[in-house]
Amino acid sequence: MQKIEIRIAGTGGQGVILASVVLAEAAGVYEGWQVVQTQSYGPEARGGASRADVIISDQPILFPKCRKLDLLICLSQKAVDTYLNDLKVRGVAVIDSFYVRECPHAQTICLPLTETARRELGRELFTNIVTVGAVAKITGLIKLDSLKQAVARRVPEQFLKINQQALELGWHLGVNPG
Amino acid sequence: MGNVQRKRIAAQTGNEAMAYAMKQINPDVVAAYPITPATEIMERIAHRFRELPGRVFIQMEDEIGSICCMNGATAAGLKAMTATSGPGFSLMQEGIGYSVMAELPCIIVNVMRGGPATGTPTRTSQADVMQARYGTHGDHPIVAVCPWSVRECFDLTVTAVNISERLRLPVIILMDEIVGHMREVVELPEKVNVWHPDKPKPPRENYYHYDDQNNYDACIASFGEGYRIHLTGLTHRKDGFPTDEPEIIKWNLDRLRRKIEDNRSWLWDMDYLDLGSETVIVSYGTAGRSAMAAKAQFEAQTGRRVGIVRLRMVWPFPVQRLMALLRSARRVIVPEMNQGQLYREVERTVSLNVSVVSVQRYDGEMLTPEEIIDAL
Repeated sequence: MQKIEIRIAGTGGQGVILASVVLAEAAGVYEGWQVVQTQSYGPEARGGASRADVIISDQPILFPKCRKLDLLICLSQKAVDTYLNDLKVRGVAVIDSFYVRECPHAQTICLPLTETARRELGRELFTNIVTVGAVAKITGLIKLDSLKQAVARRVPEQFLKINQQALELGWHLGVNPG
Repeated sequence: MGNVQRKRIAAQTGNEAMAYAMKQINPDVVAAYPITPATEIMERIAHRFRELPGRVFIQMEDEIGSICCMNGATAAGLKAMTATSGPGFSLMQEGIGYSVMAELPCIIVNVMRGGPATGTPTRTSQADVMQARYGTHGDHPIVAVCPWSVRECFDLTVTAVNISERLRLPVIILMDEIVGHMREVVELPEKVNVWHPDKPKPPRENYYHYDDQNNYDACIASFGEGYRIHLTGLTHRKDGFPTDEPEIIKWNLDRLRRKIEDNRSWLWDMDYLDLGSETVIVSYGTAGRSAMAAKAQFEAQTGRRVGIVRLRMVWPFPVQRLMALLRSARRVIVPEMNQGQLYREVERTVSLNVSVVSVQRYDGEMLTPEEIIDAL
């Protein structure tokens, strides 16, 4: 049985929820995995912090909540401080080079997600889609083409091209940790 | 698989699937008031009903208004639905009693959250199981279904509408915050089969709205069709006019009870597996997901089998069927996200030498499989 638990966490407005939905649809609709996506609806969702979880498995997923994360993506320092304890000992933390200062975890991948969006696409707005590309590559479970189709369903048509570009940029940032 | 078909498969929340089910069922009226965690249902309906001519979505001033609006609509022969959560469900109770007494079918979705009062809007709970059954006063029957997945939110809504129309009763759908806000990849059907009551045939002078043969699967008239109809919350004769004659009072309540009793043969819905086992878990709704996960985990760890029953329809409680299914069980575990509401129903169903254990969680979080395994 193969099962990975992924959490994308950041600040409200960074688009982590859309990122998680695109990731879930790419894996579930186009790759045929079983997926469950949840997000925090608690009062913390209004306090600036935002978090979304995706579970991808080859078996039906009964318990829908993440418990021990295989992959934690942090787009803010607060996300690292809050969720690092939920990561498995051998889990992987992916941090944004711009917003995260430190991440005391053995397996940490530091990626210029925000910087890439700003530099290459001109707007920080696309950070979430860059992140999706990188995460998918790191998991090794989802093809770039599936991501492109999934993103086409969730973004307005006039922004499709630039979002697909964001995916590609993220894809090339991602490295498979092995 | 072609691209056209893929478009229909999507990651959807339970609330989105519920709204889609409502749209496919195509009710005439949806009257609701926004409340976390059910708001997304009415949001979607409000949006979708703009494209559908002749459909009415109305945001009422509160939930009392919503249920009364539905009662008015169903009295006119229209189909009506609403979605709310615990606090709104409390406000609706008087109106639900009226729907039962006047026999006005409607659908009430309750996406359960923590209570009492405003409680915990963004957290989950299964604490309204007894409110669904006994929330409104008087001796009355009720039907309540309880989905555990996004797909079931769709399927059970269709089931609920059909039961409601056939029995002429309000039917309650007990979702909870988890199933309402969780996204699963599903493909939802484009066509649904909805049961419609036949219209009565003339002669009009012999039409009695509450005739014995109009109790369920009825040929029923609505206001404005030329038949004489009188609706009241008071105990009434078969022509609908109030009375306090003891004989008729009893006839009235027997009639309501028989809606369930006469239809017990098909009025149940559950999943079960490995019932020969000594220990059986009886669950419903999202607690059923934890129960299934606990079963798999426990069996992998110990090699011992555990039976499981998951109720999709919690009311009417399937006493006879459960009695038969649990015949060889020695221990029954009832996990719930409340302080043990359906546990007592199970306890009085099984024989005295069976120990029934209640596994409870009521801190707004979902029951974990480990908590259930501890009781196995």
